[in-house]
This record gives sequence, structure tokens and C-alpha cells, in this order.
Amino acid sequence: MESTVLRIENFSAVFGQNQVLKGVNLSIPQNRITAVMGPSGCGKTTLIRCVNRMHELTPDATVSGRILLDGEDIYATDPIIVRRQIGMVFQRRNPFPMMSIYDNVIAGYNLNGIRLAKNEKDRVVEESLRKAALWEEVKGALHRRGSFLSGGQQQRLCIARALAMQPDVLLLDEPTSALDPKSSSRIEELIVELKGAVTIMLVTHNTGQAARVSDYTAFLYLGELIEFGPSGKMFTAPKEKMTEEYLTGKFG
Amino acid sequence: MNHSRAEVLVLEAKTETMRWRKPALSEPSFRRILSVAGAFVLLLLLAIFFSLIIASYPAIQSFGIRFLFGSTWDPVRSEFGAFPFVVGTLATSFFALVISVVFSIPISIFLGEYSARGTTATFIKSMLELLAGVPSVIYGFCGLFILTPLVRTLEMKIGVAPYGVGIFTASLVLSIMIIPYSASIGREVISLVPSDLKEAAFSLGATRFEVIRKVILPYAKSGIVAGILLSLGRALGETMAVTMVIGNSNFIPKGIFSPANTLASVIANEFTEATGSLYLASLIELGLVLFIVTTVINLIGKLIIRRMGVEG
Amino acid sequence: MIIVLLTFCSILPMFFILFFITSKGISVINWRFLTQLPRPVGEMGGGISNAIIGTFMLIGIATAISIPIGILAGIFLSENRKGRLASLIRLCVETLQGVPSIVIGIIAYIWLVVSMGSFSAASGGFALGLMMLPVIITATEETLKLIPESLREASLALGVSYPRTILKVILPAGVSGIVTGILLSVARVAGETAPLLFTAFGSPFMNLNILKPMNSLPLMIFNYATSPYPEWHTLAWGASFILIVFVLGLNLFTKVVTRRWKVQF
Repeated sequence: MESTVLRIENFSAVFGQNQVLKGVNLSIPQNRITAVMGPSGCGKTTLIRCVNRMHELTPDATVSGRILLDGEDIYATDPIIVRRQIGMVFQRRNPFPMMSIYDNVIAGYNLNGIRLAKNEKDRVVEESLRKAALWEEVKGALHRRGSFLSGGQQQRLCIARALAMQPDVLLLDEPTSALDPKSSSRIEELIVELKGAVTIMLVTHNTGQAARVSDYTAFLYLGELIEFGPSGKMFTAPKEKMTEEYLTGKFG
Repeated sequence: MNHSRAEVLVLEAKTETMRWRKPALSEPSFRRILSVAGAFVLLLLLAIFFSLIIASYPAIQSFGIRFLFGSTWDPVRSEFGAFPFVVGTLATSFFALVISVVFSIPISIFLGEYSARGTTATFIKSMLELLAGVPSVIYGFCGLFILTPLVRTLEMKIGVAPYGVGIFTASLVLSIMIIPYSASIGREVISLVPSDLKEAAFSLGATRFEVIRKVILPYAKSGIVAGILLSLGRALGETMAVTMVIGNSNFIPKGIFSPANTLASVIANEFTEATGSLYLASLIELGLVLFIVTTVINLIGKLIIRRMGVEG
Repeated sequence: MIIVLLTFCSILPMFFILFFITSKGISVINWRFLTQLPRPVGEMGGGISNAIIGTFMLIGIATAISIPIGILAGIFLSENRKGRLASLIRLCVETLQGVPSIVIGIIAYIWLVVSMGSFSAASGGFALGLMMLPVIITATEETLKLIPESLREASLALGVSYPRTILKVILPAGVSGIVTGILLSVARVAGETAPLLFTAFGSPFMNLNILKPMNSLPLMIFNYATSPYPEWHTLAWGASFILIVFVLGLNLFTKVVTRRWKVQF
């Protein structure tokens, strides 16, 4: 039986005049990859941004319902603490341009004023870069700025940076949509390897990616959860008609 | 890559405390500090305005609006009329503007239309920036020692009193100082003229010059005017260079070669020797007039530029 | 073509100025000139050491006043793009920038010289600081506006607080633009005379006390150039050479160096 690490209960979100999410109920199983897919505008990016409370950067954003992480309501906790437990990797890679690769990985600690001894820092950096399958490629250049890295490498650096915080959940917002196919597939392999260490929610508009990589899939349309279930079953024999139409390309 | 058990525990313990630590400076306090810094600027400007009014109040009370039209400035008899300086300011600024426009519009056209990029353009732009960076007192110094003798010779040739200093010299120096300002705005505005307008004119057989005269200049007209207004604002407030070559006379100037004083130069010349509160208050009132006039002109110029969507 | 001719004519003054100052000033420069105090009238020699020190001290006071408030106000404006208060403040910054320097001098006189009872370097530095303030605010605001939102999101997603994100991520990313603004405003006030005429006032002595009058290069040039003594005129040419080298050199330096610090996103 899968244990649930993240529970989304009757969650709705309104941005200004638009109702972006309507009463979403979702249980994210631990140490599994859950893909969230749907056509543009279905609310999938909004959903995961609400999970780490990044939607609060937008003015006029109101939410209702609950999101529980290990039983704790994340909306009753300081958002800063939530974001240290739930990491995020963005669609457009955004390593800190002023910092070296080393400092980028350890940024979550440095910027938060958390002091670690040098050897502890080295350990965190190496471990995170290994988990992100980037260690071998950069270990000789840790103190250079990351601008010489390719797009895929920079995205893996962002993954390492998020992993260094030892999050319970890792949110990936279309992490490969700005990358070429080769880099994308490297990252897809990496994502599958990571689920042993962390629970993953993956937003993607690429149904092939969702099918390849995920254990469970949620299908959203116009802010509502249409279907959720094991990926294998959903892609071969979806329960809902709308899901089937989406998968066969009738819309979106 | 294998940690010892102890190291793993240490790391886990650290991360546990990390999750729950609250930041030292909270967001609301920080935002408040930022707002205070912003509001400080607002208060500063208001304080400047009101300080000027309060400090010049004795003069405002004594003379009222006649201050601006009184033609005698005689500290000995406590008669303070600002009209000579108004005339001096208007004359020097007007002539300086006219002279500078003769140069700044061609520069704007050259840089905006003909050679917007390339080494010549960069060279000229850099030269203009350097011109704008030369300190005012150095302009005055060079004006006093280089230009004044030349003007004196000219005055002797045409049979005018050979002061050398005066409105004419001051206008010349001032015009050189304000060329970079109107030129840079003019260049921006001219380079923004849409190319399809120009191409349409060319395709109808117009020459380069006609396109400039009939398409570019009319389109960019308000931007050029804004540039002129901003350089006027600059000219009105210019003190040192003018003080050094205008001849320091408190009488209404009779002609373009007369010595005179501007609002700014009389303050510079007499402030430290002002005895008596009415004298000082009158000088400060001149400063108040200068403040109001330059602010209004600058704001109008900036408003025009903002309407055109150009970055000044 | 008239246009080309007029364009090139307009930059001729630059060459004239540089030529004259260099030819008349450079012969005056020697070690004694730079390190000695000015002599009374009639005595040969003397130098401009107090003016050089004074210029730096005044700039020091001005930057100490204007940088902290300027950067914070610039951050405020870039964090509040819309909003009536922010627009009003922006208007005030632009207005402050256009205030004639002699009026700034009057204000410093009213606020500081009168209350302190004497001319002082502090009041002169304050006046210069007021002139630097709007340039620094604008440079900070414009630089920070260019920093992409993705950088802020990256930091916040790591659980970094808003103040820390601004101070340790956004601000460092904009350091080249902000430093450019600071250096350019220093170059601007280094040559200013009017605001110092009745604040720092000038002095023939070497003075390190900020509560007393202080000399500066532009003040000295003004006083010596308008005096009737030819020896003083010569000194003024030398001082002008030093000043113009400093100001123009700083402008060029700023352009060249800060380009290297610019962060690519």
C-alpha cells in the first residue's frame, strides 16, 4: 500500500477574476513520480505552485481548501519553511549567475544563513551533484561560474541545488520543455533514479514524457481533476472519455 | 561517498533545525524600511520647497510680486528688485538656446539618421558625454581666459565698450555646455521615427534632405522641443561658468554686449557678503524663483518625453 | 554637407578646452604642487594639497550620506512598479535631479550652516550628497528592473526570505549598474562649485575637521581664476588640469570597468 506524503483536499484557486483551480482532490504517493498533465490553461502549473506557495508572488491570488504535507497544513506554516521542505525546479533554468557551481548547489544554506563546516558543505555539494548526475562533468570546475554549462547541465545544476535542501517533495515544472531531446532524455532518466530519495510531482505537457517516466498521472482540464491513477492503466485504458480524447490528440 | 553514521546524523540534525529557523529580518519590517527610504525623498523635496519659502518670507512680505519687476537692486538702500536678473537670465538662456540648437539639431540628425552606429557615431557620442562631464568652473575659467579676450577684440571692432565679459560671452559658454543635453534627446527621438514612414517618402522620390525636413523633423518635433526644454532647464540653473564671464553688473543690461547678472550668478556673487536679514531673504527668494521655474520647465519636458515613450 | 560640418564643429570646444588646460596646466604640476599648501599672495610657489584632500573628504561625506538611502529608495521603487506613492516618489527624484546646484547650496546653508553657526565641510558634503542622491536612486531602480523574475523565484523557492532574497541575490546581481551610478555621480559632484560657495566655503589651510570650512579643487579654481594675481591664475590652470583629468578619467574608467562586472542572464 502506498503511503501518501502530500494530500490536496478540495483545493481551489482564484487569480483576480479567474477561477484557475476548482475543488481538486489529490493524494500524492511517497517516493513515486506523479505526473500532472493537461492542455494549456488547465491549471497544472498553478497547482504545483500552490503546493510550495509560490503563487503568493502574484497579487490577487486567493486559495481555499487544504494541502497537507505529512499531515501538516502547509498554509498554516510559515511559507519559508514550506519551501525548504518542498523544492522546485523551473521550466527555464535559473542558476544564480553571480555564483560558482559550488555556491549554487549550496545556495539554499548560504542564503538562509545556515552555517555548515567546510567539509560538510563539500559533502552536501558532492552528494547533490552526484544525485543530479552532474558530478563527473563539473567536479574539476566547481569554483567556476556556471555560465559555460550547457542548457541541460544548467538544469541539472538547478536540480542539484533543490536536492541539497533534502526536500520531502520535489516539484518539477516542465523541466525539459526548454531543452533539446538528448538533454531531455538524460533528465528523464535522472528523474526516475531520484524517486528513491524524494517524492516527485512532474508537470508536463508532453504526454509521452508522462507515460515514460511517471508511476501515477493526474489529468487536469480547466482547473478540475478529471482523472487520477496508475500511469500504466491511464495511458492504455483511461476511465474518462475526456482523458482518452486528450491522449489521442483531439484537443490541447 | 559513504558518510560515517555520525556524519549522517550531524547532517540530519542540521537540516532539522534548518527547517524551523525563522529569518532574522522579517518581510514586513524590511518593506517598511524600504518605504521609509522612499518617503524620505518625498519629504526631502517638500522640505526644500518650504524651507525656501520660509527663509525668503521677509522679502516676500516686503515686496510681494513687485519683487520680480523691481528694476533696482541696491543692498545699501535695502531696495531689492529682481528684474535685472530676470532679464539677464532670460537673455543668456535664450541666446544660448538659439546657438546650441543650431548645432544640436544637426547632431541629432547625424546621429539619429545618418550614422547611428559605427565608430564615428561612437566617437561623437563619447565626445558629447565628455563635454557634458566637464565641470562648470572649468568652462568658466576657459571662457574667462580664452573667449573673453576674443570677444573684447570683437567689441572693439564693432565699436562697443570692450568689456569682454557680458551677456554675449556668457551665452556662448552656456550654449556649448547645453549642446550635449538637447543633442542626446534629439538623437533618441529621431532614431525612433518609424522606417516605413521614411521609406514611403523615399519611394515617392524625395531626397534625403527633403525626407529630413518633411518627415523626420515634423514627426520628432515634440521630442526635439522636449530636449530643448530640458536644456533650457539646465541653462537656467547654470551658475559658475556664467558667474565668471557675465560681468557682475546689477543694472538692467542694455544690449547683448552689456555686463549683467543672472538669478544664479548674483546669488553666487553676493550670498556670503549679504548683511541683514532682508538682503539674505531677497537672495533666497531669487533661489526660490529659480527652483520653481526650473522645476516647472523640467517637468513639462519630461512629460513630453514620457508621452512619446522615449527614455530620457 | 552642413549637417556633418556643424556636428564636428560642436565637438571642437572639447579639444580646445583639453588643449588649453593641458598646455597651461601641465607645466605647473610637480610634487610640490600636489603636496604643499597655498602660499599667500606675492609668494611664489605653493600648492593645492588642501584642495585635493578637501575634495576627497567632501566626496566621502557625500557618498556616506547618499549611498545607503539612495540604494534603499531605489530598491523601493523597483519593488513597487505601480502604486501611487511610488509614482509620486519617482516624480520627486526627477525633480530633485533638476534642482540647480546653487539652490542646493542655499538649502544646505539654511539647514546646516545657520544651525551650526559656521561654514563646514559637513554642510558642503551634505549639499553634494543631495546632488548624488537622485542619480544613485535612478541607477539602482533601473538596474534592478532589468533583473529577471526567474532569479527571484529561484531564491524564494529555496525558502529564502524576501529581505535576504533582495539583499543577497537581487542586489548583488545588479551591482555593476549600481556602482556605475555611484561613480558617475561622484564624477558629477567632484567638479561642483556652486553648492560649496557658502557651505564648505573654502580655506587656505589644511583641515581635516568636518565641522570647519574646507577647500576643494573647484572652489580653489574659482577663487584663483577670478583673482587679480597672475601667480594664482597659473595655480588655477594646474588645478584645472588635475580636476579635469580626475573627472574625465573617472567617467572613462566607469565605462570600461563596469562592463566587465555586468552579469549576463
